[in-house]
Amino acid sequence: MSLLETRQLTKYFGDTHAVDHVDFRVTEGEVLALIGSNGAGKTTLVNLISGLIRPDSGAIRFLDRDITGASIHEKIAAGIARSFQLVNLFDQLSTLDNLSLAVFAREGKTRKLFSLSDADTAVRDEAMTVLGQFGLAGKAEMAAGGLSQGERKLLDVAVAYALRPRLLFLDEPTSGVSTREKAPIMDVITSVVRAGKITAVIIEHDMDVVFTYCPRIVAMHQGTILADGTPDEIRGNEQVTANLLGTR
Amino acid sequence: MNPLAASPARLARVALPVLAALLVVPFVAAPYQTVLLCYGLVFAIAALGFNLLLGYTGLLSFGHSAFFGVGAYAVALIVKYLKISSMEAFVAGGILASALVAGLFGIVCVRYTRIYFGILTLALSQVLWSLAFKFFWVTGGSDGLRVPTPSLLGAAIPGRTDKIAFLANRYYFYVLAIFVVCVALMWVIVHSPFGKALQAIRDNETRAEFVGVQVHRYRWVAFVVSGVYTGLAGALWVPLNGLTTPDILHWTFSGKIVFFTVLGGFQTFFGPIVGAVIYNYLETYAVGHTVYWQLVLGVVLVVLVLVLPSGVVGTASRLGLWRRRAPSP
Repeated sequence: MSLLETRQLTKYFGDTHAVDHVDFRVTEGEVLALIGSNGAGKTTLVNLISGLIRPDSGAIRFLDRDITGASIHEKIAAGIARSFQLVNLFDQLSTLDNLSLAVFAREGKTRKLFSLSDADTAVRDEAMTVLGQFGLAGKAEMAAGGLSQGERKLLDVAVAYALRPRLLFLDEPTSGVSTREKAPIMDVITSVVRAGKITAVIIEHDMDVVFTYCPRIVAMHQGTILADGTPDEIRGNEQVTANLLGTR
Repeated sequence: MNPLAASPARLARVALPVLAALLVVPFVAAPYQTVLLCYGLVFAIAALGFNLLLGYTGLLSFGHSAFFGVGAYAVALIVKYLKISSMEAFVAGGILASALVAGLFGIVCVRYTRIYFGILTLALSQVLWSLAFKFFWVTGGSDGLRVPTPSLLGAAIPGRTDKIAFLANRYYFYVLAIFVVCVALMWVIVHSPFGKALQAIRDNETRAEFVGVQVHRYRWVAFVVSGVYTGLAGALWVPLNGLTTPDILHWTFSGKIVFFTVLGGFQTFFGPIVGAVIYNYLETYAVGHTVYWQLVLGVVLVVLVLVLPSGVVGTASRLGLWRRRAPSP
């Protein structure tokens, strides 16, 4: 079943065709990778779908509903969440509070002015469970700003995951971490995502990561989709190898 | 803002001894000193409200004089036009008027952050200041409006003829009771899920949007709560002062509220309260001892920013934390 579909989605920045009439489809339950060189349009495509920026033209359909003009809030309520290439956390709040806030927001409880957040044990327990799934339970009381880069990347994904989305965009979840840390981070993320039956779109530059963890790969180049297929099909695609993989 | 601090027991450990001391003051201090402290408590309510925006939402307002002034003028206009001198009517009028003005100003201001927010709040407060000056047939212009000593709790405690004795005793306890309620309520608000959402907005507006927090709406609510606290302080201040003039609507009074908060420490819950009380003493004694009192306050502010950027309470908290962590010999 098609979960998300873009039709002729377009975004120009001046003369730059960041996303150029892109038809992009995501099927429920899959974990797919979005690859491409810098400036290919990957992050812009995710920014358009998640609502950070508005498209110039084209349409976005999610669960057969047009969400092209929907606000970020409405898209989150519909079930679309995302993490960020440059880690976006609440640095002065504790790791636990970062997670709790996502749970409070999902349940509409952030409107409560006159109840103590720590007294809501159900939210606290759920946040601790998610922290445990991401291997961060031991850091619960530490300020998010004090975590290591790898831990911050995991927390960034965990905050999006705690919204219980149906579709989760992960923008370069292993960027900025050492090569040694990449596999453990991806192991945690993919196992949690699969266990939660969440559809995930992972933007990634590291081809080893992409070929290991993602059964379907979509390659972008200069704002358009260059190829769409399995890891073997992508490896064998001449345009992709010429433009993205740097080999012929 | 330590998440572990969100414990009512911890709050009680800090607040109850202070409350006990505040309750004793009228019995051991001279009436003048008690009235001075009463001013400090009123300013503390304003600073507490102000810090919901600065410390918890990350918005620096230079226009809170507007809400303080609206609270004060609401009381003065109730006296002038309705001929009522009940303190409960004053409090209700101050809250309603400041909520209305903060609600309207907030619609415009919360769309902006940083310097744009600061300048916008300053400009709007200056509009009210000039209105208070120009519409003298309503506001009394630069002469201001007089407010008589009010009756408290309906007519149960009438305003006495000995004004200083009234202000240093019954009115002091009245203000203290409202101060305690304001502190407790604000403590709950900043430790509520809503308070966490505000802190999230302060730390990272974009991410707050992407967890589903509607940033402008939450900022607006914070703006209104902040304005109401400051307006309530204005309403409580007028009977103490006996007169309200356009001076309290001027942006320099907003600067004072910023000063209270920076002096105490905007990154702590109690900082603005302590800062307001200290500032009140500082200004009163500086004015009493030298014509260059503004120079004294200026030097204090410069030293504060350079030496104690986290304020009096922030620095004390850090020292306490450092001493607890230091290995025992």
